[in-house]
This record gives sequence, structure tokens and C-alpha cells, in this order.
Amino acid sequence: MSGPMQDWKSQKKPFAAVATAPVFWLALFFIAPMMIVWLYSFGQNAGPADIDISGTLDNYKRATEWLYLSIFLKSLAVAALTTLICLIIGFPVAMAITFAAPKWRPWLLLGIMLPFWTNLLIRTYALMALMGTNGYMNKGLGWLWEGASWLRTLVGMQPLEAWTPVQLLYNNFAVVLGLVYVHLPFMVLPLYSALDRLDKSLIEASLDLGAGHFKTFMQVVVPLAAPGIVAGVMITLIPALGAYLTPDLMGGTDSQMIANVIERQFKRANDWPFGAALSFLLIYAMFILIALQSMRSNTVKEAR
Amino acid sequence: MFNRTAIAPLEYTRKLWMRSWVGLTMLFLYAPLIVLMIFSFNDSKRNVVWKGFTLKYYQKALNNDSLVEAMVNSLTIAFLATIISLVIGALAAVMLWRFRFPFKGLVEGTMSLPIIVPEICLGVAFLIFFAKVDWPTDLPWPLNLSAITIAHITFCFPFVAMVVRARLASFNKEEEEAAKDLGATEWQAFRDVLLPHIKPSLVAGALLAFTLSLDDFVITFFTSGPDTITFPVKVYSMVRFSVTPEVNAASTILIILTVALTFIALKYQGVKGISDAH
Repeated sequence: MSGPMQDWKSQKKPFAAVATAPVFWLALFFIAPMMIVWLYSFGQNAGPADIDISGTLDNYKRATEWLYLSIFLKSLAVAALTTLICLIIGFPVAMAITFAAPKWRPWLLLGIMLPFWTNLLIRTYALMALMGTNGYMNKGLGWLWEGASWLRTLVGMQPLEAWTPVQLLYNNFAVVLGLVYVHLPFMVLPLYSALDRLDKSLIEASLDLGAGHFKTFMQVVVPLAAPGIVAGVMITLIPALGAYLTPDLMGGTDSQMIANVIERQFKRANDWPFGAALSFLLIYAMFILIALQSMRSNTVKEAR
Repeated sequence: MFNRTAIAPLEYTRKLWMRSWVGLTMLFLYAPLIVLMIFSFNDSKRNVVWKGFTLKYYQKALNNDSLVEAMVNSLTIAFLATIISLVIGALAAVMLWRFRFPFKGLVEGTMSLPIIVPEICLGVAFLIFFAKVDWPTDLPWPLNLSAITIAHITFCFPFVAMVVRARLASFNKEEEEAAKDLGATEWQAFRDVLLPHIKPSLVAGALLAFTLSLDDFVITFFTSGPDTITFPVKVYSMVRFSVTPEVNAASTILIILTVALTFIALKYQGVKGISDAH
């Protein structure tokens, strides 16, 4: 940044001109709604359309019941699994983009970013169409099955019984696959920007000094790309934890996540105070994740 | 691919397994969308077997009044939300970049919250807020979209502020001082010196805000009244209750719109500029 910052007191008029609109908007249309939710979480239903903010902690107590706690833990597990799969798929892709020929690099990046710009609902719907019992994924599995059956007849064994389409949708597998599909670009982009900044001569040095590709990867590339890995993990984990659409459309009855439970309190169950408490618990969970991340990056800075 | 020179140690991208990995990932990302687009031209109710080319589902989609209305609503909201987010976001960026003021860290942190807070929580907050303040729901078009537009601005403008602020970091303040020394007023210096410098980031921010707004389902789902339907909400109910090939046709139109917008951005900034903005 060039030049020192100005103190607002010496420039009251320009400061007011730029600060009024954003601060006003943030206070009125972000902080106020959030405060109301927060207050509601300490209330109870007093009538059909009336909520009494009595300062009760019952909603939070109810949220710690095993039914809700288990959904919370399950959401965390699903989000963590999604993040891990995204990392495993995304890291080689980010590496490939980093080391691609300069004329290819922007197009590969664009290839990753275009789905990210496409409507989430359309992408989920497109994946669902592919995964239906008549979809191409089932057809592909059918071909593999028939191929396996044919191989068995070749070695003189009984052919397998005819392929019956399997239910790929409406279960936990579909939810994880859907979340990976949606969040993969979120992971690749920060990984790429970390790898891009990495000093490539360090990798060369490691290879020259006799370390293999795998050893170089584990001991040079991964530690140097750590900030990008952490950023990618956070940027994938947080939206995956709060995902609503994917479990709603692709999940079965047992694969609802915390966001679906929150939605139900506001629509069908009509228990706004409890929904408010759950939604603040989800926000607190995000804060804890972010705090853990910043604590980690602070210790890394101190260590250097 | 037919290059016969030996693969250098760092040319990971020329290794076969790496290429297949990238290829499979791209297949995973694009196959569903491409199949959806191809089958929007398929002359069959069931989506799996190709029965010949037809445009009848496009005709149906365009004659489906509620679908068209939802599309018009979505585009209107995205347009309004983009303009207002652009103004507020740019002002916020200038405020944080130029001034020292009390509670600056707090303001800055709060401004990044709409990006971090899960969509569902923000949606719920707007549902309660608009119910609490008795926001009128029976206004004439386009005022009936005001609640959704307000919600969209709240989560779009911090993104604009982020992009613009990154660009401001490279601004040379001496240019502005020179303009003022030469007699420009505060406003003239802003309009003629600062604004041209941040223009690329305004284009990038506008495209980001437009796509975010057009894309949003969850927050809109909670904010929309019974009579205001946006495209994602409409598609959601169609997918939920009865899958029709019209959805494929309408989705294809939106995908093409997105790709077109991306290429406009490309023309303005180049592929490099786009990838840097993220």
C-alpha cells in the first residue's frame, strides 16, 4: 500500500461519504437480522405467531439431545469426508495446472472455474439425472457387470446373473458424491494459488539430491503448500457443513444434515426459537473452525 | 502429446497418469452438464434414450408463463443487486483502504461475516427479520422483489469490496494528490483518478455479484413470499415434484448465459485476469 492512511477526523466529509452506506447497510440488513435470530434462540413459542423471548436455555438444552447431536456429528463427518475426497482429487489437478505449459494453464483454470460459476441447482439436477436408475452411471455399471460376466465365461465359470439397476440416489453415498461434485472447484483454486507461488527450484534441488518423486512430494511440496491446503480445506469444509440443497435433493430419509433440520424448524415443525438456536450453534461451529485455523497459522508464523 | 523430447522432472503435466487424472476430473465436472444440455434437445419424455432432435421443450419452457416469470424475476434481482452491491462494495473498499477510524477491525470483521456465515443461517435470519418488521409482500412488480434483492445485496457486496480492495492496493496515492494539487476537488479526484484505476475490479466484482445472485437458492427460498418465485426456486419445485424435460431446456439457457458472461469477462480481463481475481 502506498502512502499512509488518513485519520478519519482530518477528513470527516469524505469519510462520511464513503462510510455511511456500507456501515448502514451492514447494521440494518445483517447485524439486525442476526441479532433477532440470536434473541429468538432464547425464546419460546407463546402463540401461533408470537414468540416470547424469556431468556430460557431450553432450546440449547434440547439441541444437545442425542437425536440432534448425532445429526450434528454426522454432518461434520460427511463434510470432513467430502473435504478429504476433494483434497485427494484436487491436489494432483492443482499440481497439473501449476506445471502445465503456460499457454494451457489459463484454460485449465477456466475449466475448473466454469462449473463454479454455473448454477448450483442446475449442477445438482444434472448429476441427479446421471445417477438415476435409468441414468448413464447405472448403464456404465451395467456394462462393467456384463464385461465381468463375459470374462467369467471365458475362463469357464458360470456367467453372472443379469444386471439390475442399483439405487445410486437418495442415500449417504449420493450426498457425499454430490457435495464433492459441487465443492471440488473450491478446493482446487486455493491449492493452485499456493502451488503457483512455490519456488520450483526447491523441488528440483530435492530431486537432484536423490529424493524420489514421492519423497519430494511429501517432504517438500506438501509442507510448502500447507497454507493453500489449509485454505482449501476451510473453504470446502465450511460450506459443506452447512449444505442444504445436496442432502435435501440427493439424500434419503437418513441422510439429512444439520441445515435440513434447521429448515424443518422454520417450515414444517414451525418451532422458530429452536431453529434459531440450532442455526446459532452452526455459526459457533464455524467460528471454532476459523479460530483453530488462525491459531494454527499464528504458530506457523512464530515458528519461522 | 506427440512430442518426442524426454519428459523433464518437473513436467508433471506431461506424465500419462497426471493427464488421465485431470481428464477424468474434467469428465466428472462436465459430463453431467453436457448430458443435460444434449438431452434438452431429445424428443423423448424419458431422459435416457436419444429419440431425435427437437426444440419443443424450449418452446414449452418459453411458453410456461411461471417459468418465464421466474427467469425475469431472477435476472431483475441479479441486475439490481449487482448495481447496489457494486456501489456499496466499492465505498466499503475505499473506506477500509483509505481511512483509520475507531473499531476498524470490528467493521472489517463484520463485513466478512456474510461470506462466512452458512447460507441457511442467513436465510433464516432474513425470514425472521422480514416477518418481524412486517415487510409488505403484496407490492407491485418489481417492488415485490425488494426483500430478496436486499438479502442478495447483503451477501454480494462483501465480495465486491474484497475484489476492489485487492485492486486498490496497487493504486499510487501520489496520483490522487497530484490531481488535487492541480485543483481537482475531492469528488473530481475520485471520479477521474481513482475510479479509472479500479475499473477492472469493478467489472470483476459486478460479474461475481451477478453470478452469486443468479445462483442463490437457499437464501431466496427463505426470503421469497408466496408470489415471488425466482428461477432456482422454480427449478427446485419442478425437480422436487415432477421432472420434465422443460427443466433441461431452461437450465441449458441459463448455462449458456453463464458461459456467455464468463466470456465477456474474458474479453475484458483475459483468462489470466479472471484466474487472478479468484
